[in-house]
Amino acid sequence: MAELLSPRWGYASITDKISDIVLRRPVHWIWGLGFAVAGALSVAFFGLMGWLFLAGVGIWGVNIPAAWGFAIGNFVWWIGIGHAGTFISAFLLLLRQKWRNSINRFAEAMTLFAAGIAGLWPILHLGRPWFAYWLAPYPDVMNVWPQWRSPLVWDIFAISTYLLVSLLFWYVGLIPDLATLRDRAQSRAKRVAYGLFALGWRGEARHWARFETAYLLLAGLAAPLVISVHSVVSLDFAIGNTPGYHSTIFPPYFVAGALFSGFAMVLVLAIPMRKFFRLEEFITLRHLDNAAKIMLATELILAYGYLAEIFTGFYSGDRYEIAITVNRMVGPYAPVYWALIVLNIVLPQVLWFRRARRSIPVLFTLGILINVGMWMERFMIVVTGLAQDFLPSSWGLFIPTWVDWTMLAGSIGLFALLFLLFLRGLPAISIFEMREIAAEEKA
Amino acid sequence: MSAIHGLMAEIGGPEALVAAVRRARAAGYRRIDAYSPFPVEGLAEAIGFAGSRIPLATLVGGIAGGSGGFFLQWYSAVVSYPVNVGGRPLDSWPEFIPVTFETTVLFAAVTAVVAMLAGNGLPRLRHPIFEAPHFDHATRNRFFLCILADDERFEAASVRRFLEEIEPIRVVEVPACE
Repeated sequence: MAELLSPRWGYASITDKISDIVLRRPVHWIWGLGFAVAGALSVAFFGLMGWLFLAGVGIWGVNIPAAWGFAIGNFVWWIGIGHAGTFISAFLLLLRQKWRNSINRFAEAMTLFAAGIAGLWPILHLGRPWFAYWLAPYPDVMNVWPQWRSPLVWDIFAISTYLLVSLLFWYVGLIPDLATLRDRAQSRAKRVAYGLFALGWRGEARHWARFETAYLLLAGLAAPLVISVHSVVSLDFAIGNTPGYHSTIFPPYFVAGALFSGFAMVLVLAIPMRKFFRLEEFITLRHLDNAAKIMLATELILAYGYLAEIFTGFYSGDRYEIAITVNRMVGPYAPVYWALIVLNIVLPQVLWFRRARRSIPVLFTLGILINVGMWMERFMIVVTGLAQDFLPSSWGLFIPTWVDWTMLAGSIGLFALLFLLFLRGLPAISIFEMREIAAEEKA
Repeated sequence: MSAIHGLMAEIGGPEALVAAVRRARAAGYRRIDAYSPFPVEGLAEAIGFAGSRIPLATLVGGIAGGSGGFFLQWYSAVVSYPVNVGGRPLDSWPEFIPVTFETTVLFAAVTAVVAMLAGNGLPRLRHPIFEAPHFDHATRNRFFLCILADDERFEAASVRRFLEEIEPIRVVEVPACE
């Protein structure tokens, strides 16, 4: 097994390399261009959001019977992408996978941004989003409480807990690195800004001991949380009796799909980042290889989920379940179904080969294609069951409008914007954990 | 500059720091601080750190969050606003479990972080150690051992002699905050 870090890297050079990206490197025109494009898309996103608040959800393609359209599909997609970060940080920390140390920080940032954007969609979808706070339990004058038996209420708790715990986990891990930035900043303004968030961290031995205890506890708490989030999201569907929703395989199948798309997004972000900031020695081919292996494993679980869905559809003997299973393959949305089978199941089989797992172009292309495929999967799950359910007289297809498409693109732009700002404002790789690796390689 | 916070030696590596801390403890010094740019294995034990109560606090936080979350649901669904849905039981506890799980994790995590910060006395933006020369390298590549002036055996000349013996990069005096 190749070493994680070349011995020519010491504590000082690791520190300088990563912190200089934030503190000393001038803004490059490629970053500026990306920022401009992402910024324009974000403006479109917020503009359309404003229009949505004025005009209502009629500007989308949703209608009865398909009242859940892009908004819910996008929600599931984004929250799925937001799984890899905390999985990498928590599970791989508990399993002592040292290679995680160079990819956990930016993957956690990705998680926070994706989960935050995911959380916007159900609220936008409410119709009267200004009443979103009614979902929170508080003793109000209307004397009404949330319906605790509804998975939609579980969802509020699951997503907000996930966001808060992921934020805490990310921030706690950042404190020592913020102290590094504070001590290396040249201007007083930066020193004060980073210093305030570093909380006066000085790296004392007892502080480190408590820090490690708390960090490990957070990992232990975040690990089941990762599993719970997409399980609860899947219950939004599985508790309902709509054909194609009502399936017990959903929780594990959703979690596997979430990790699959999350790792695909990690690759999509890591590959340009390591190239652009010359971080190839920190995020090595071995890291990409390992991420690809996890993708392959989760992809196989996902394939099992697809098969189990088809099997239970027929095995149920329920004519509506059988109809929706067949309908997905030959009905009006059949192109989406077959495209997602190719993108999510067939193409990732190349990852069995070591050469593919170590080829940058293959991994990057696959990362993008898998994210497209996983978006299609969520679209298929959300829409097909609603569009053609029990009563043929009330069938009706969902056809997205340009607003649907632009808001989807806008949310991707907002994600890119946040990530670009993160790259310039905070250390994208955990500096102190890389020093630990350097110490171990020396020992 | 009359009051001093302590005398501090700058050391090159993690093993040397652990060895220096052991020697300082053996020499009878008890009020010792050691600083490193990453967690060094065995350093906290060497310095006499007894272990923290963060796990216990986290457990208590989790139990409080879980029981509080469950009580919230039980109270609102059974006492405050009971809704009869076809005669189904009001106290449908299995359906209260997902939210109970989430509040357990949330409260435990927040407690863990608050306990860690409280135990460490953070945030504390002003500390004498920050005034010490070269201490900005404690977050980069240098290791520091500081023997505090309030140690019972502290005596400037002998402490300086002791620190010089461990062959540090330099020994400096850390002035106290006024």
